[in-house]
Amino acid sequence: MTTTPPRSPRTLATRIRPRTWLIVGIIVAWLLAWRLLDGLWTLSLQSAEVTPLHLWLNEVNVWVSNNRDSNPVFVYLFDGIRGAVGALAGVFIALFVKTDVGLQLPEIGWLGVVALVTWVAAAVGNLRVALLTAVGFTAFGVLGLFGDAMWTFALTLTAVIISCLIGIPIGIWAGLSRRAEAVVTPVLDFMQTLPSFVYLAPLALLFLIGPPSAVIATVIYAAPPIIRLTAHGIRAGPATIGEAVDSLGANRRQRLWTTLLPLARNSIVVGLNQTVMAALSMVTIAALIAAPGLGQRVVQALQSLNVGNAFVAGLAIVVMAIVLDRVTTAASRRAEISARHSTDARRRRRVVALGAGLLVVVGAVYASRTFLWAARFPDGLSIGPWLSSVVGGATAWVQGALSILTANLKDGITIAIINPFQALLTGSPFFVVAAVILAIALIVGGVRATVVSALCLALVIAVGLWEDAMVTLGATLIATVVTMAIGIVVGVVMGRSSRVDQWLRPVLDAAQTMPAFVYLIPFLGLFGPSRFTAIVAAVIYASPVVIKIVAEGIGAVSAEAVEAAESTGASGWQTITKVQLPLAAASITLATNQGLIYVLSMVVVGGLVGGGALGYDVVAGFSQSSLFGKGLAAGVAIVLLGIMLDRITKSATQRRVTRLPGTRRARTSTAPIPAAH
Amino acid sequence: MSPQLTPAPHRRRRLIGGAATIAAFALLASGCSSSLNTADAGSSDESACGTVNLAMNDWVGYTADAAVYTAVAEKQLGCTVNQLSITEQVAWQGFANGTVDLIIENWGHDDLAKTYITDQKVAVDAGPTGNVGHIGWYVPPWLAAEHPDILDWNNLNTYASEFTTSESGDQGQLLDGDPSFVTNDAALVTNLALDYTVIYSGSEAALIQAFRAAEENKTWLLGYFYEPQWFLSEVALEKVALPTFTEGCDADAAKIACDYPDYTLNKIMSKTLSASGSPAATLANNFSWTNDDQNLVAKYIAEDGMTPEAAADKWIADNQDVVDSWIK
Repeated sequence: MTTTPPRSPRTLATRIRPRTWLIVGIIVAWLLAWRLLDGLWTLSLQSAEVTPLHLWLNEVNVWVSNNRDSNPVFVYLFDGIRGAVGALAGVFIALFVKTDVGLQLPEIGWLGVVALVTWVAAAVGNLRVALLTAVGFTAFGVLGLFGDAMWTFALTLTAVIISCLIGIPIGIWAGLSRRAEAVVTPVLDFMQTLPSFVYLAPLALLFLIGPPSAVIATVIYAAPPIIRLTAHGIRAGPATIGEAVDSLGANRRQRLWTTLLPLARNSIVVGLNQTVMAALSMVTIAALIAAPGLGQRVVQALQSLNVGNAFVAGLAIVVMAIVLDRVTTAASRRAEISARHSTDARRRRRVVALGAGLLVVVGAVYASRTFLWAARFPDGLSIGPWLSSVVGGATAWVQGALSILTANLKDGITIAIINPFQALLTGSPFFVVAAVILAIALIVGGVRATVVSALCLALVIAVGLWEDAMVTLGATLIATVVTMAIGIVVGVVMGRSSRVDQWLRPVLDAAQTMPAFVYLIPFLGLFGPSRFTAIVAAVIYASPVVIKIVAEGIGAVSAEAVEAAESTGASGWQTITKVQLPLAAASITLATNQGLIYVLSMVVVGGLVGGGALGYDVVAGFSQSSLFGKGLAAGVAIVLLGIMLDRITKSATQRRVTRLPGTRRARTSTAPIPAAH
Repeated sequence: MSPQLTPAPHRRRRLIGGAATIAAFALLASGCSSSLNTADAGSSDESACGTVNLAMNDWVGYTADAAVYTAVAEKQLGCTVNQLSITEQVAWQGFANGTVDLIIENWGHDDLAKTYITDQKVAVDAGPTGNVGHIGWYVPPWLAAEHPDILDWNNLNTYASEFTTSESGDQGQLLDGDPSFVTNDAALVTNLALDYTVIYSGSEAALIQAFRAAEENKTWLLGYFYEPQWFLSEVALEKVALPTFTEGCDADAAKIACDYPDYTLNKIMSKTLSASGSPAATLANNFSWTNDDQNLVAKYIAEDGMTPEAAADKWIADNQDVVDSWIK
């Protein structure tokens, strides 16, 4: 970081102004071009229409399904992977979900599972999270969804174990070798900009449908955080320690096992936490390729518009997310504490207590294999149907009472904002829109971002989905603008007041652990299936991360700058707009980057609830064989949009960081930014 | 090796702890070898029938068929039925790897039948369900009464402006269901030069809700719908006549400009199940009932709020003679 003094806010404002005018000019020119050339060269493609590329992909699909049993690549490679993953998943499925013999009860019934996971939580974490785990897992039974929850749990567990087996070695390798890091980092960046949705169709093509493919999709989605944080932990080990160990004559292997890995342990456990959360999120979405579990209950409920059932299943997912998050967080704290101070006496007490607990677990497992009441959660104790009908009734009442309000809000915003903006994007000739996007990329992002964007746009045209891509882009931009407005307002309040920060942060943390699916439910209930619903869900989904980054940026503005402004008699409003916001510009740009990625992934999931465009193409591609190729192409187009938006905003962030030494700490790529779910 | 590099004391203790844990788990696994499963495995019926993986597509008519099949197979034949939520075309893929054994109500899908029945030989046609399906465009009864000429597709453009919504912009809205349902609507709109755009409501439930609201509030609605369907007895939707279906007019999906054919709904079974000689396969082959039967069970589920199991039990109790003819 350079040592030049911070520029004064005034010169900053004047420096930004010409660029702003330039962008306004571009938009005016765009509007004119749209007026003159409306409907020409729009590259539109009706929803049943396909291009030769899509047809070719359909043929690939048919070819794969016909040759799957004879082609060696499939027989040995893909079926081999599928078989191995299936075998591991099978172990956990037999343990927790069901076996194929007799009554098909799992090896460990509900009572045994609750006792076992509680004990594990106590062993890796502390008593508080153990209690939370016991309550949470019992809650699945009380919600009437114990079997489904165990499916989700078993698949998540399998995916997390495989992610660690693959991710930790790769992370160590990337941490030790600069060259490996240079290879791995861009791949991870790329994987983390992919919305979870787009993995599914290609994976179903290679690995068929069912639990093993769901696990494979989940591993691909959930592995990046643990790789990143393992590498981070290895690299962050102080060089002096490494040298000291070297001077003792340790070889590389000894150095890794005795110093680097123990030092990186904390970072690895933080990575594990993020991997677990990503895995849970993905396992629920994998319901679309026939992964059983809570996700399927949500999908079914969405399909029958049963908000009550969707709520109950969503609640179970939330409970599981909270339990897994707290347990892995407690485990990472524990990793930190036990490394520092722990007396022998305390340790011995703990071991004795855990040993005693283990006896209880053995007893519970035995009971759960011997008595039916302990094996299968008694239906009589379930409040699921009751809760579902209460929520369903309440929703129906709200829908009835607010129908005029919600309908007007939805129609008003759709007609006033969404439709005109979409018309502008899809009605203008494609080269005009492309030129506008590239000009803006050049102004805010720079030359490299512009080149990447040009490539992305060219490929979007090549896969034949320009019009749908523009609709999705439009929805994404609208949702991002709203998200940023919310994020800046709330973020500023949070950044300026530690009290607000204190009570808001846990809420945001909790909101960030929710799988994407859960966000659709309340808005589907309120607004019915529409693009508006998808946009609102995306705004709510993306807001927490944006608020947090903005608040961090505001909080990081040096106290002297704020005091200086206040001493010159600036009002609170002036301090915010003239000092804090400009100095936090890098954070705000970074927040925009994350906001766009989160929003894009949610807008796409919104294809399930009337969101249309690329998200719909992906959904339709899953379900209609004649649209398979188009769905696959839509997945590619979503990825391209994601890369483009990411590149433009990321290079804008980097420019800000280098230009604005006043911001003390901008989060750079080494910081573990959670992936968009 | 220097002393500093031997495992730290707490590390050694952790190793011991780990070993103890593993030992405990081994104890746990071996000591509790008795299980309700093995205790029960002796009963003979179940081994004779085995497990059927039944695809569950998401319209209520299908749920009705599946619920009755499941109830008969489980309660009268002692089979185990795994119900697997899956969309209709994806379900076919499941025949290849044993994920799916049975689709109990199939609508056409000649292309999939060619791939999985003719080419790959992993599935077989298990005969008609007895239901005949119709797909088409429907309007609420009040609209058909007030503007009878709307029931001819030639007049649809005249009324297009009445059907506009915030989702469809300045074109008329043609409301479709789940993207996975059999539909030619987008192609039809293009090829018949209609001033409409297809909007997907996302599900059967959303379609029903929309039609019900349209009839109640006398609002304009043109939508995709189908028979057999219990909702038609609640609101008698009227079908819009599209250009008559002729053999082969739907050969090219993108160029379709004719009505939907009549679908003889059938059951598709995996080769494995079919060859197993299991009573579940016999039941699947013989399962057959009328549109009225299906509508009745579907109505129990969708309108009367019964669970599919309860609805199936009720119908079976009233129609045991029909069931007997399936499992003879």
